[in-house]
Amino acid sequence: MNSFLRKIRTFLSVYYSLMTTYRAEIFLWAIATSLPLIMMGVWIEAGASGRFPMNEAELTRYFIAVFIVRQFSIVWVIHDFEYHVVTGRLSPLLLQPINPAWRFIAPHLSEQLARLPFVVCLVALLLWLYPQALSAQDGSEERWALVFNRIVLSGVMIYCAFALRFLMQYTLAMLAFWMERVTACDRLLMIPYLFLSGLIAPLEMFPENIRILATYTPFPYLVWFPASLLAGGDIQILKPLVVITAWLLVFQLIARTVWRRGLYKYSAMGT
Amino acid sequence: MKRYLRTLRLFWSTSIGAEMEYRTNFLMASLASLGMLSGSLFGLSLFYQHGYTMGAWRWPEVLVVMGLYTTMDGLQTTFLAPNRQRITEYVREGTLDFVLLKPMDSQFIVSIRDLSVWGIPNIVLGLSLVLYAGSVELKLGWSNYLNALLPMGLGVFILYSIGFMLGTLTIWFVKLWNVTIAMQSLLEAGRYPVNAYSPGFRMFFIYVVPVVFLTTVPAEAMLDRMTTGWLLTSVILAAGLFVTARIFWLIALRSYTSASS
Repeated sequence: MNSFLRKIRTFLSVYYSLMTTYRAEIFLWAIATSLPLIMMGVWIEAGASGRFPMNEAELTRYFIAVFIVRQFSIVWVIHDFEYHVVTGRLSPLLLQPINPAWRFIAPHLSEQLARLPFVVCLVALLLWLYPQALSAQDGSEERWALVFNRIVLSGVMIYCAFALRFLMQYTLAMLAFWMERVTACDRLLMIPYLFLSGLIAPLEMFPENIRILATYTPFPYLVWFPASLLAGGDIQILKPLVVITAWLLVFQLIARTVWRRGLYKYSAMGT
Repeated sequence: MKRYLRTLRLFWSTSIGAEMEYRTNFLMASLASLGMLSGSLFGLSLFYQHGYTMGAWRWPEVLVVMGLYTTMDGLQTTFLAPNRQRITEYVREGTLDFVLLKPMDSQFIVSIRDLSVWGIPNIVLGLSLVLYAGSVELKLGWSNYLNALLPMGLGVFILYSIGFMLGTLTIWFVKLWNVTIAMQSLLEAGRYPVNAYSPGFRMFFIYVVPVVFLTTVPAEAMLDRMTTGWLLTSVILAAGLFVTARIFWLIALRSYTSASS
């Protein structure tokens, strides 16, 4: 147990120092994830017209929550993994008595930590610019996310979202054992992620049939579900929990099988 | 001048040749572009559900904006992004030395060296959408399309200058791989006409980050709604940014310390 904790600490601190070497880049990453903020600008204006099922304050809250969720679920493992396979750098990692997957998870977590100051500043700025996001609405007592349970639950769900997205991309990344350019596949996976996850609009805005269909795919649980929880929307909890657990199990199984088969295929090019 | 044109042809034919090795990738990119555009149209249609119009832009008009955005995005991927990426590589590996030694303007080489065919599907799809919305739905004539050309060109210049300045920053910060992604999300705001945004955002996209000149102004020119004031501002801004980028590059070169040896 002790050595396990030590491993975690070493991994995180090593990758944390690696991440902070190029701080300017991290700042650009924070900007690069500004899509939720852009969508917020358009939806606030639309919500103000009063023709949509959500009002201005709810939409502001939702998109700030989406911004936060996104910051903790950015995954780029496919680029890393492809590079390691194509250049043969995966070979030394295979010799170590630890699953290389941890080598790919650790930088993601460290990067989140390195990005945290920017995220806090940006969220504070947003709340200052849009104080209505925090205020109580139509006489109800509940203030946004001040309920302790909600924050804890959203935190857990954000990390479930991270885990699911990581697993999905990692599974796809392992196809690199068979074909050389898998990043192109990721571009295809990005499409349903962008449009069904709730990144561009809360699922409440979708036409009924598309919304129902979407709730059975893994995508809404990557953004919409944790964000709605965090924003305090009125949503069911049980069914999403079942669906997300099912998808986590499915992808975990596929990832395991693909990993075992893929290793036989691995030709260890280069070094 | 002739020498520059000849070099340009050589540069581009070699990069197209190199990219042709990955023909399946091109197919994938086309599929991805098609998927992206249909997704974007789906996203856009969500706003037009309950009789809401984005800042008085009717559906076919907003399609013009979306088409111009897709075209711009394609132009950026084809001409601007690969070169921006290269600057980082030059600085990190110290190969900028070779560029500086060549008997040609270094900014020219650095900004025009590469061409990526990946953006072509977006250019084609974007222009088709503009033509569909313009000719079928709005019954626009040739003069309308011609009107949009100048503001579009100025938009490309603005995008280039901002991106080039960000790319130049690598000379000081060394590792800035994601300049491209940051620029992409900047352009992303041009998906919707500027008056679709709430007032605060509108100010931001007009005065702080000039997104308005990338898609909204060209679209308005096409729809014959642009005032001379906007065109003049476009010209001044594009020229100003271009000159600034030039000066910035020259200053940055003074701080360049080669990486190898």
